Amino acid sequence: MLAKVTVYPRREILDPQGKAIQGALEGLGFDQVDQVRAGKSFEIHLDTTDAGQAGEMVGEMCEKLLANTVVEDYEVELVEGDEP
Amino acid sequence: MRCGVVVFPGANCDHDVYHALKHVVGQEAYFLWHGDEDLKGADLVVLPGGFSYGDYLRAGALAAHSPMMRAVQRHAAEGGLVLGICNGFQILLESGLLPGAMRHNRRQRFECRDVHLKVERSDTPYTRGYSAGQVISLPVAHAEGNYEAPEEMLDEIEAAGQVVFRYVDAAGEASDEANVNGSARNIAGVVSSGGNVLGMMPHPERAVEQILGGTDGLPLFAGLVESRRAMVAAAG
Repeated sequence: MLAKVTVYPRREILDPQGKAIQGALEGLGFDQVDQVRAGKSFEIHLDTTDAGQAGEMVGEMCEKLLANTVVEDYEVELVEGDEP
Repeated sequence: MRCGVVVFPGANCDHDVYHALKHVVGQEAYFLWHGDEDLKGADLVVLPGGFSYGDYLRAGALAAHSPMMRAVQRHAAEGGLVLGICNGFQILLESGLLPGAMRHNRRQRFECRDVHLKVERSDTPYTRGYSAGQVISLPVAHAEGNYEAPEEMLDEIEAAGQVVFRYVDAAGEASDEANVNGSARNIAGVVSSGGNVLGMMPHPERAVEQILGGTDGLPLFAGLVESRRAMVAAAG
């Protein structure tokens, strides 16, 4: 099973990287950019076919390490049958 | 006072702190390896500045889960002294020993310069060498020192008197211009509710001798020695 995890700075918190990227996009002429959030993504290959167990495990990984939940939110997407 | 300085892969201020503790304030200092889990009887544990684990994932995130941090957690829970400077502060936040989190500096650059700080309290083990309201000057050198926390958490730590250092201008005003990294409420240093754990972004160990350009960091270390002496005396 493959877990795709994305971690983003919380919307209410200033994201200096996102803001700098937004400025660069505007400089390139993309003048309809409202906001950019710069985050991280992780592909985690798991040795299980049990989606419930995988979801629980990856949620714990996010809470403990992958995201800092004081300033970041995370999303988990599980993809079945993936081989690394 | 026995002082253990934790060495993480990528730490680069470990020797500076060791020098300040051993040669400037004359204490017993030694290094502790992050992969061990024994504080070797340390009264004070210092998490020094640097780039532990290359700042991978988030600054301090991986170091927060090293074996030595388990021993540091126990030491802190027992009321032991823990000082985190710069990357050490980031590690304390990531390990949950202090509230809040760090973001990239708002100007998206590495800030390396002397800043003015206001000492908010002189009744912590770390600040008895200063007077409350005193303005001091210390160097900062970091890219991720933009302290953030939800508003309720900020209100809580302010009410509990946990904000110890704030970025100010030379006149002691916590202005936006003086806020070197964009930290919420100009916060530069925070203590735990028990007062025994301090995290701060500025580097007191880089200002302990005139040859370094200033001595405003010296009262922190000298004050710690005094505090430890008082703690031992109080324990009988």
